[in-house]
Amino acid sequence: MTKTLAVAAIKNGTVIDHIRPGQALRIIHLLRLLKDKHRVTVGLNLPSKSMGLKDLIKVEKRLLSNDEANEVVIFAPEATINIVENFEVTQKKSTRLPVSIANVFACLNISCITHHEPIENLFYIEERGKQMRLTCHYCEKTFDRDQAKVKI
Amino acid sequence: MGNPLHQRDILSIKDLTLDSIQFILKTAQKLKQQAPKNLLQDKLIAHCFFEPSTRTRLSFETAALRLGAKSIGFSNDESLSTQKGETLSDTIRVISNYADLIVIRHPREGAARLAADASDKPVINAGDGANQHPTQALVDLFTIQECQHRLDGLSIALVGDLKYGRTIHSFAQACLLFDVRLYLVSPDELALPDTICDTLKKQGVRFSLHQSLEEVVPKVDILYMTRIQQERLGATEFQLVKNNYILTPSSLKKAKKNLKILHPLPRLSEIDLEVDHSPYAYYFTQAANGVPVRQALLNLILNEQLLS
Repeated sequence: MTKTLAVAAIKNGTVIDHIRPGQALRIIHLLRLLKDKHRVTVGLNLPSKSMGLKDLIKVEKRLLSNDEANEVVIFAPEATINIVENFEVTQKKSTRLPVSIANVFACLNISCITHHEPIENLFYIEERGKQMRLTCHYCEKTFDRDQAKVKI
Repeated sequence: MGNPLHQRDILSIKDLTLDSIQFILKTAQKLKQQAPKNLLQDKLIAHCFFEPSTRTRLSFETAALRLGAKSIGFSNDESLSTQKGETLSDTIRVISNYADLIVIRHPREGAARLAADASDKPVINAGDGANQHPTQALVDLFTIQECQHRLDGLSIALVGDLKYGRTIHSFAQACLLFDVRLYLVSPDELALPDTICDTLKKQGVRFSLHQSLEEVVPKVDILYMTRIQQERLGATEFQLVKNNYILTPSSLKKAKKNLKILHPLPRLSEIDLEVDHSPYAYYFTQAANGVPVRQALLNLILNEQLLS
């Protein structure tokens, strides 16, 4: 039997694999993948030997920077990020959780000054066990990653 | 040791180390005994109060004027260009070109940190919404050390609105640096925020939750009272719980001899006027201590040279 790919291969671009199921759409917002016109292929709830289920994103003609790859870790600590050139993986990105992240999340605290002034949001990131916590630079409130809203 | 606070911002109690807190308290002690009139000569301090304040604003202004500094500022935002739509960042950037230090109170949480980011001059947070009131926490620590002669080994009850009270948030975070046992007394709806409780747990601060004042009075050295605002609970709920959080002479019968009662003021009915005459009442001294503690901060931030 011929093995077929659930999501088509790409010639040049980035493949983000082993994303925790349910996080792919948030990563698409995080990386602003809808803003440029490159082709984005998304697989949701794909079968995975190691994870049971996983999400996957392939982006044509877009090579993630190291900082962008690190930001993906906030949503998908187990993700593998590969750069593809001419259908070959030419680089496996090594990632680490960033200390802070600017202008991606909106603060959940409605009394926070960031909702009333034209300023960039800034959050400090802390991994506590399996939880990822975000603390607002301004109002000092802490939220779980899954509560935080990505600014669109 | 040099002066670790020279030209520093004071925005959150979390930004201060144990050493720098002790440094501030020691300086405040000296200034309470004798405050040189020319210590801040030629300095100009901007007091920017975007919402009303009595004690904090006047104690800051008193602190500045009694050390020889000059003061500019405002006590509400009605006359400001922010009413015309000017951003807080722009307002602060302009004021930082006039003054040597900015004291800010603002109703929005995080406003003081935004001001510090926009300002070339040091900024002191005099309260930002329900977030932080670090100088009040320093006043509280100074007052406790003054009346109990120590900050370690004490049992402290925090009573009332622990959810929205910024003085409580700053004080609870200051407790992380000391060996204290906390009793948190509040209605469920006004309990200390989970994030602060998590931090207390993580740092090994012992604490327990209570819903009645009477059960904790005999156990504590400090009773830190705060006001419960009716609008936080709703009229019916407020009527049901308010008596659990009112301090009267009879509720102090089993108190330890060394107990002192603190309150950031203003108080409403949560401390019976009769309690003012008891040896336990210390809240007016606490309010008076606002001046030497704020003098210490202004002096340490603006003068590199330390007091002899």
